[in-house]
Amino acid sequence: MIDTDVLVVGAGPVGLFCVHQLGIIGLKCEVVDNLDKIGGQCIELYPDKPIYDIPAISECTGEELTNNLIKQIKPFKTNFHLNDRVEEISKKNKNWLIKTIKGKEFKASSIIIAGGVGSFEPRKFSVKECEKFEGKEVFYSVKDKTIFKDKTVSIFGGGDSALDWAIELSNNSNVKLIHRRDEFRGAESSVNKVKQLEKEGKVEILTKYQLSSIEGKNKIESIDIKHDDGNIKKIKTNYVLGFFGLIMQLGPILNWGLNLDKKHIPVNTESFETNQKGIFAIGDICTYPGKVKLILSGFHEGALAARGCFKYARPDEKLRFEFSTTSKNIQERLGVKK
Amino acid sequence: MAKITYIEHSGKSHTIEVQNGLTVMEGAIQNNIPGIDADCGGSMACATCHVYVKEEWFNKLPKKEDGEEDMLDMAHEPNKFSRLSCQLTVSDELEGIIVNLPEKQA
Repeated sequence: MIDTDVLVVGAGPVGLFCVHQLGIIGLKCEVVDNLDKIGGQCIELYPDKPIYDIPAISECTGEELTNNLIKQIKPFKTNFHLNDRVEEISKKNKNWLIKTIKGKEFKASSIIIAGGVGSFEPRKFSVKECEKFEGKEVFYSVKDKTIFKDKTVSIFGGGDSALDWAIELSNNSNVKLIHRRDEFRGAESSVNKVKQLEKEGKVEILTKYQLSSIEGKNKIESIDIKHDDGNIKKIKTNYVLGFFGLIMQLGPILNWGLNLDKKHIPVNTESFETNQKGIFAIGDICTYPGKVKLILSGFHEGALAARGCFKYARPDEKLRFEFSTTSKNIQERLGVKK
Repeated sequence: MAKITYIEHSGKSHTIEVQNGLTVMEGAIQNNIPGIDADCGGSMACATCHVYVKEEWFNKLPKKEDGEEDMLDMAHEPNKFSRLSCQLTVSDELEGIIVNLPEKQA
């Protein structure tokens, strides 16, 4: 059990700056994020795209913003629990007990949800029967590539993951690469490589097709794919891989007893606390009259939520407002005291 | 101002007036029309505002910009009339446009 003041759910820009705000008022925190890296949407959706509306920074990319925030919170030596997701929370006395899917446990007086629009999960096939085979013969990521040896693998998608796996698996498997249109959006070198492999007969490329059904009782025997023009083609295959990028799902947050307004959590604008005492929500996931989904708004929300956590973490103390420019306490915490 | 008709996958139809300059996605969100999620808020980064534009309207729309087709790869069951509604800016020319919503966005 990890004992801390605040558990921050989400390591996007808003969660990161909130760590900073918690740090300068002297609260400890731990951060959990479903992705395998820090940065949230900035890193997952638009690492190379420019952002023009961060105050005092006329232009930066999602990746640069993330790196700067990581640098800014370095003095607080915060622990990040990546590739993990908060699954269950419960209240015990005055604390929240938090469990993750990997089995980690935390005790914290407050939880700050900075979860964006939810956690990133792979987009799945829309064909119903896929669920039955998921994790056995239908996959959205590859954990053990040895199972594909000498088998037929049908890979769906047009991005880098689909291309990279088509190239990789073509060494030892019979690979079919199936995509909804002729153009592939992956790296040019990978597209060329796949086309070369097609010429060599190592990969079969089928475009303008989408999955239409799967046949097989306990194991997949064949799949039907449908062409844009309506024609259906049957393919014998052992495995089906789908690479359609990631989608955001609220997931377990739905079960935490929070009021919800569509996919958003209503909060008060004094401390960004939800209907549950000690649970705060900031950034894209929260809503209130006048809410604007800007990163800068999330920074403000995080600053206030951090202060809102103080009364739960230090019930016998009074939080004194201080400026970082002049406060010895803050400068000590930042490790910059002259 | 343009009258826009959104038809849910179930067949339920909603016709509303949307101000010029907003997007077809924003028109739906502001009027609580179910079936368009728009998780990323219109930055063409999520493909959850996917619509099928009625054929006669599809060809009248400005062409897709770079990136829209790439995002559509990730949409739920895209077809040749698929667009991301966050990329469709409302103008008088769109008066009467009809868009069908997919079964789901994710």
